[in-house]
Amino acid sequence: MTNSIGDLAEAEAFLVIGSNTTEQHPIIGLELRGAVRRGARLILADPRRIDLARYATLYLRHRPGTDIALLNGLAHIILKEGLEDREFISQRTEGFEAWREVVEGYTPERVREITGVEVDDLYAAARIYATSKPAALLYAMGITQHTSGHQNVLACANLALLTGNLGLPGGGVNPLRGQNNVQGACDVGALYNVFPGYQGVMDEEARGKFEEAWGVRLSGQPGLTVVEMFNAAHEGKVRGMYIMGENVVLSDPHSRHVQEALEALDFLVVQEIFLSETAELADVVLPASSFAEKEGTFTNTERRVQRLRQAIPPVGESKADWEIICEVAKRMEGVDPVQWEYNHPSEIMEEIARLTPIYGGISYQRLEDGGLQWPCPDGDHPGTPILHVGRFTRGLGHFSPVEQIPPDEEPDEEYPLILTTGRVLEHWHTGTMTRRVPGLEWLVPEERIRMNPFDAAKRGIEDGDWARITSRRGEVEARVEITEECAPGVVFMTFHFAEAAANLLTNPALDPVAKIPELKVCAVQVERCKD
Amino acid sequence: MGEITLKIDGKTVEAEEGLTLLQAAGSAGIYIPALCADGDLEPYGGCRLCIVEVEGWAGLHASCTTKVSEGMVVRTTSSLIDSVRRTLVELLMANGHGDCLTCPANQRCELQKVAAYVMPQEGRFRGVEPAHPWDESNPFFTLDMNRCILCGKCVRTCDEIQFLHALDLAYRGYETKVSPDFDQPWVESICENCGQCEAKCPVGAIYERARLEGAPSAETRTICAYCGVGCGLYLLTRGERVVGVRGDPENPVNEGRLCVKGRFGYDFINHPERLTSPLIKEGSRFVESTWEEALDLVARRLSEIKKEHGPEAIAVLASAKATNEENYLIQKFARAVIGCNNIDHCARL
Ligand code: SF4
Ligand code: SF4
Ligand code: SF4
Repeated sequence: MTNSIGDLAEAEAFLVIGSNTTEQHPIIGLELRGAVRRGARLILADPRRIDLARYATLYLRHRPGTDIALLNGLAHIILKEGLEDREFISQRTEGFEAWREVVEGYTPERVREITGVEVDDLYAAARIYATSKPAALLYAMGITQHTSGHQNVLACANLALLTGNLGLPGGGVNPLRGQNNVQGACDVGALYNVFPGYQGVMDEEARGKFEEAWGVRLSGQPGLTVVEMFNAAHEGKVRGMYIMGENVVLSDPHSRHVQEALEALDFLVVQEIFLSETAELADVVLPASSFAEKEGTFTNTERRVQRLRQAIPPVGESKADWEIICEVAKRMEGVDPVQWEYNHPSEIMEEIARLTPIYGGISYQRLEDGGLQWPCPDGDHPGTPILHVGRFTRGLGHFSPVEQIPPDEEPDEEYPLILTTGRVLEHWHTGTMTRRVPGLEWLVPEERIRMNPFDAAKRGIEDGDWARITSRRGEVEARVEITEECAPGVVFMTFHFAEAAANLLTNPALDPVAKIPELKVCAVQVERCKD
Repeated sequence: MGEITLKIDGKTVEAEEGLTLLQAAGSAGIYIPALCADGDLEPYGGCRLCIVEVEGWAGLHASCTTKVSEGMVVRTTSSLIDSVRRTLVELLMANGHGDCLTCPANQRCELQKVAAYVMPQEGRFRGVEPAHPWDESNPFFTLDMNRCILCGKCVRTCDEIQFLHALDLAYRGYETKVSPDFDQPWVESICENCGQCEAKCPVGAIYERARLEGAPSAETRTICAYCGVGCGLYLLTRGERVVGVRGDPENPVNEGRLCVKGRFGYDFINHPERLTSPLIKEGSRFVESTWEEALDLVARRLSEIKKEHGPEAIAVLASAKATNEENYLIQKFARAVIGCNNIDHCARL
C-alpha cells in the first residue's frame, strides 16, 4: 500500500476493484464500512456481487478479465469532463500525452461493450472518483491474478496519477497483500530476481555487497519463478527442491501438473507444521514450529514491520524454520559455519538491516511498540506511513499506456462458463490451518460451486445438487449454491478444500512480466451429476 | 482543542475540551464505577452507576454523558450517590444468578469489580427467577441471557465497531433481551462471528465456550498469522497450550478488533496432527527419524544434486507465512549455499 490502513478513514471516496475486502482483509473492511457510514462514497467494481456491494454507493459488475477497459474507460470520462488534476499532472508526472492517446480510444460505448457496465454507471463512477479528494484506490488479487496482471496494476496507478491522488493521506494506490507475510517475504528477497530490499541480482554493485557480506561468489542470473520451477522439474532440469511451508499442490494452478512435477524430482524436502498434500510427496519432512512457538517479525500490507513473540514451547520436536535452515546450511559441503551462527532472530534482523536500505533502521528494540513502516533507512528515521509525498522514488510519476487484452482462455462452446476463484471469510488458503479449527470447519464444511440461477436452470441444477465442473486441465465434483452473487456466465469456487480442489481446473498461463498465473479466469463447463 | 481546568473530589484536573467527566476522571486516576461505558463506543448513559454531583447543578448526573467545562467542581461520591449505586447494583444482582464461582467471567467480570467498590447487601430485592434458554448455536460463543445486565455493549459494538447491527435489545421491561436479527438462532443471523461483542461483554452473558475449560494463565503479545492486515493480538495460554486470543487494543492496525479467523482460529496450534518429529520416506511410507539423521540426509542429497547437475538443478520455495528472518535465511541459503537464484514463494497466489 502507498498509504496506511489508518489513513483510509480520511478518504472521501473509494474505488475498490478486485478486492473482496470485508472477507479477505476483514479489519480493512471495517475501515471501509466505517468511512461509508461517515459519508464517504464507495465505488465497487467486481465481477461478483460480494458483501461489500451492500455498502457501495455504486456497484459495477464488469466481466472477469476486463479491468483495463474499465479503468481506461473511467480515465476517458474524467478527461472528457475536464476533472483531471492538471497541476499534479504537469508538476509530478510524465508520459501524459502518449497515454492520453491510448485512453482516447476507450469511449464509454466501447467500454460498455467490453465490460458489460452501463454507460451511466461509468459516468457516475468517474465523477465520484475524480471529484472527491482524497480518493483511495484499493485492489487485490482480482487485479493481479491475470495474464494482464501487471498492466492491470498500471491502469490503476494511471487513474491515481490523473486525479493527483498520490502522496496524500486518504489517497493512494493500495494493493492489499494476501498472506500475512507476503510483503515481508518479498522485502527480504525471497524472489527470483532481487536480493533483499529489491536490489537486483543483475546489479553488480548490489551483488558485490552481498558477496562481501556472505563471503561467496553469487550468480547474477535471475532464477526460476514458482510456476517455472514446476515446468523445469517436469523437464528434468530441476532435480531437487526445498519447500518451506507452502502447500503448492493445492494453492498453485493446474494441480495435477504440480503434483507430477514434484513426483518427478530426485529429492524433495518439505518443512511444514502438518503433513500437507505437498509434504506427502516429500522424501524428507522436517517438522516446523508454528507462529505461536517462535520469535520473529512479519511485515503487513501497509509495510509495517511488527514483532512476533513466542507464547508456547515448540510442539513436539518441531523447530523454528530459521533454526532448521541454519542446521541444513551448516551441513552442506563447503559452507563456512560462521555465516550460519545466530543465537536469536534479532541477530538475523541486524544482518538484514545492514544489507537492506529500506530496513536499515529496523531493530527489535525499536519494534517494541507498534512497529515501523518501511522505508526506514536509519536508526532515527520514524518510518514512512505514506509513500510518494512530494516526489516519487524515480522522480516523476509515469503514465503507462495499457490496452485491454483478453484473458488467455475465453469461454467457447465446449467450456462456456468462466470460473473465477477466491476465498471465504472463515477459511484460509488451502485450509491447512483453518480446516483443523473445528468451529470454522463447522461453519463452512465444504466447497460450493456458486452459480447464477439462469445458468443453473439451463442445466437442470437445483440448489444443493452435486455437479461436475470441468476445464481443459481437470474435473472436480461439488455441490452447487445458486446465487445472484455471480453474473450469468460466471461461476465461483474457493481453493480451501482438497476434496474439491479448484486448482485442478485453473489455468497456469502467466503474466509475462509479473509471472502471476491467471487464477481469476478460466473456461469451464458445469453439469449435474446423476446422483 | 483547549485545556479545561476543573476539580474532581478536591483534586485539580486538566482535561481536553470535549471529554466527558468519566474520561477526565479516568485519566486523572479517579475511579468512577460504570458498566455500560466503553472508550471505543459512543456514550450511552444506560447503567447510571457513574452518577456524580456537580456544584451548582441540581440532582445527579451521569458522568459518561456530561462534558467537562471550565471551573466545574465535581464529587464522585457522597452518601446519596453511594446509596443510589448500591441500590442499582442490588437490582442487577437480584436479576442474575450470583453463582460467580462457576461463571466463565469469574475474576474478569466488571460487575464483580463494581460490587466490590459499592458493597451491596444480600437479599434486599427479589427478581424474577431468570429462565432464558441459552443460545449455543454459534460454534465459538454462547449467549446466556440469565447473566445479562442489559448494558447494551454487545449491541452497540456490533453496530459501531463491526458496522453490522446483527444484535438488538428486543421486547420491553422484564422481557427485554439481547437478540439476533429476527430473534433467530444467532448463527443463522447476519452475524460474522467476529466475537467483538463477546470481548466487550462486561459479565458472563456472552462468553467463549473455551473459557468453560478454565481461565488462561498467561498471555503473549504477538501478531495474527492469517491475512496481510497484520492485526495485533495476545495469545492466551495455559501451560503449553494456546487456549484463546484477545485483540491488542494498543496495536495501531486493529485497535483491539479481530475477525473470526484471528480470534477463534487457534485450535490448529496444538492439534494432534501436528508434525512432531522428522519423517523420512522409506518405500512409500514415512518413518520417524532423529533430527541428526534427517538433516544429514537433506544436506547430503542436496550437495550431491548440486555436484552432479549444477546449482540450477535445485529450486527453493520460501513462504509468505514464515517470518522475515526465515525468508531472509532461505534466500541466503539458495543464493550463497546452493548458488543460484531459483528462489521464489507464492507471492502471486
Ligand atoms: S460476533 Fe461480531 S458480528 Fe456477530 S453479533 Fe457479535 S459483534 Fe456482531
Ligand atoms: S450480553 Fe453482555 S454486553 Fe450484551 S447487554 Fe448483556 S451484559 Fe451487556
Ligand atoms: S484478525 Fe483477521 S483481519 Fe486481522 S490479521 Fe488476522 S485474519 Fe487478518
